[in-house]
Amino acid sequence: MKFIDEYRDGEAARRLAGEIRRITSRQWSIMEVCGGQTHSIVKFGIDQLLPHHINLIHGPGCPVCVTPLETIDKAIEIASRQNVIFCSFGDMLRVPGTSQDLFSVKAKGGDVRIVYSPLDAVKIAKENPGKEVVFFAVGFETTAPANAAAVFQASQEGLKNFSLLVSHALVPPAMEAILSSPNSRVQGFLAAGHVCAVMGYAEYEPIAQKHKVPIVVTGFEPLDILEGIYMCVKQLEEGRAEVENQYARAVRRGGNRHAQELMRRVFCIVHRKWRGVGSIPASGLGLAEEYSAYDAEKRFGLASKSAEEHPECISGLVLQGIRKPFECPQFGKRCTPETPLGATMVSSEGACAAYFRYRFMKQKAEAAESLDGKRG
Amino acid sequence: MMEEERKGFPSACPAPSAGREHILLAHGGGGRLMSSLVEKLFLPVFGSRQLGARHDGAVVEAGGRLLAFTTDSYVVRPLFFPGGDIGKLAVNGTANDLAMCGAKPLYISAAFILEEGLPIETLSKVVSSMQEAASAAGVSIVTGDTKVVDKGKGDGMFVNTAGIGVIEHALSIEPASIQPGDAILLSGDIGRHGTAIMAVREGLQFESTIESDCACVAGLVGELLEAGVEIHCMRDLTRGGLGCALVEIAETAKRGIKIEEASIPVAEEVRGACEMLGLDAIYVANEGRFIAFVPEKDSAKALDIMRAHPLGRSASKIGKVAEGSAGLVTLKSAVGTSRIIDMPSGEQLPRIC
Repeated sequence: MKFIDEYRDGEAARRLAGEIRRITSRQWSIMEVCGGQTHSIVKFGIDQLLPHHINLIHGPGCPVCVTPLETIDKAIEIASRQNVIFCSFGDMLRVPGTSQDLFSVKAKGGDVRIVYSPLDAVKIAKENPGKEVVFFAVGFETTAPANAAAVFQASQEGLKNFSLLVSHALVPPAMEAILSSPNSRVQGFLAAGHVCAVMGYAEYEPIAQKHKVPIVVTGFEPLDILEGIYMCVKQLEEGRAEVENQYARAVRRGGNRHAQELMRRVFCIVHRKWRGVGSIPASGLGLAEEYSAYDAEKRFGLASKSAEEHPECISGLVLQGIRKPFECPQFGKRCTPETPLGATMVSSEGACAAYFRYRFMKQKAEAAESLDGKRG
Repeated sequence: MMEEERKGFPSACPAPSAGREHILLAHGGGGRLMSSLVEKLFLPVFGSRQLGARHDGAVVEAGGRLLAFTTDSYVVRPLFFPGGDIGKLAVNGTANDLAMCGAKPLYISAAFILEEGLPIETLSKVVSSMQEAASAAGVSIVTGDTKVVDKGKGDGMFVNTAGIGVIEHALSIEPASIQPGDAILLSGDIGRHGTAIMAVREGLQFESTIESDCACVAGLVGELLEAGVEIHCMRDLTRGGLGCALVEIAETAKRGIKIEEASIPVAEEVRGACEMLGLDAIYVANEGRFIAFVPEKDSAKALDIMRAHPLGRSASKIGKVAEGSAGLVTLKSAVGTSRIIDMPSGEQLPRIC
């Protein structure tokens, strides 16, 4: 398929991996920020192609994983109400709240619908004037413009029965927080290509300068990621710490100005709690004063209750790159995709689920096969 | 087991255990949850040998002859979609399940659960389509049933079909028969039915309309058997797609399976739709595709027969059964690395971004 196959070519991938091996002289730890990149790395086995001394750390860029437990509980509370149609992207439905998930709310009769765009939720609101239609607005800068557009459209059309449960997060403050942590092992970043397609990459320049880390804006296909790693390693080896753009076919330095303007109009920057990581100042988006009538939390008068994570879940450490999923004592034991203890085991972009799906089973297989060999 | 696990959790545990007290949509998705429902709820109670074989249909003996017997319910929405409708699907699906047991489909039943208010014309169209599909598949619809439920209690109409076919060969076609070294043949490109349905259901527009692959493959299977291909196992790739079918067979047979991504045909438009929705084509449903496990010596002959048939033009050899008893499916990716194919919990969910 055009624009896909070119970036999945096995020969080119091996060539790039060889180049990385050639220029790598020592151990480097590089964090890919985005969950989509983690998914690609594990799905295509990109780390299998890399030299041993390149350590990939999986960052906090999975919207499903970092949405706080309290927000999931609020979503469940709203979705359980009579007269509400609760709309969400598909993969939020399986995320565990304190006592259940949105799929269970649906099973008990709640009107929970999977939509592909927040504008579909606006359409549902128009078609169901007697119902309250709530859209679960999660994600990073990537999904924010479409969610802003939905609110903007609803307000233009004077829709009174549409609102957003907002839990938007911003990437650069999270990168700052990771770099400022005394435990941080990150020496270079692959920045999230799609986030930068919206926001551009000028805002990463001060981070690279201040913390002396190279940041490479990177795409999602195997060759994109390998090239991003190559560019990052090259900077590390040469002692440079700049922002470079691997994903030039989608990203400009200034980003998408129209999208940014719409976001600025509808949203404002707020404090934000990241599941497993904690509170990060100015790291989220909330509805601006002018659009606060579309805030589902205000409309339904939800009080903030704090919720406790499962004490055995180390997803916070995984999201900060301090631990690998398989370093968790419950990984693959009490915690599996069917019985997740935390969100990183739920989403297909979550580091734990990705490792479980593509790696854990393989280790099991190899163990079983070597056992067979011994028996034979 | 789940009960025991839950007892150990403190009340603040975020595990989605509460949902397991109810049937979730994912229990019908063809993945891990459905598999565990079959293993933990149905099998221990019904416990017949045929159910334990985990095949598409049961092989039973009657009057000294071997028969294949199967049933399936159809709840597709919308009722009409590019490439087919609920009626055609119900006849072909059941005929295919019989064919997967190596049987020649003969007789089919048709049971309708109709929602009050359904236009008679709609029913009439579905029934005509069923007859057309039955004639094409060489089966007769010989018995049936009709029930009507209150408005709002059914999605227009649900159809159940059961079928009987006759087995005219001495092969044991079932997961337990697969052998290390067996070639795995795929009858055509994958992912058409699932993406076609999703495209209409969600109003997604692509450059060209994706049509369901809904078709009866019994004729093609008959040709393979007549030519003396020693088929060890077959499976049609419905819910859960190629991925779940392979995992189910590997786990039932306790054999390893190795496949190559590059050898699995996926049409351009289906790949495009899957990329856009964040779906993996190997888990997307098909209604006219199957895999056959045959000894390597028969694989070239079987492929020739498949490719000469209109339903098998893009057939390919996608992998083989490996030594070892791990029951795992490994895929060699396009970039030459390998990964495990696992069964998803339920249906795949479109990703956020």
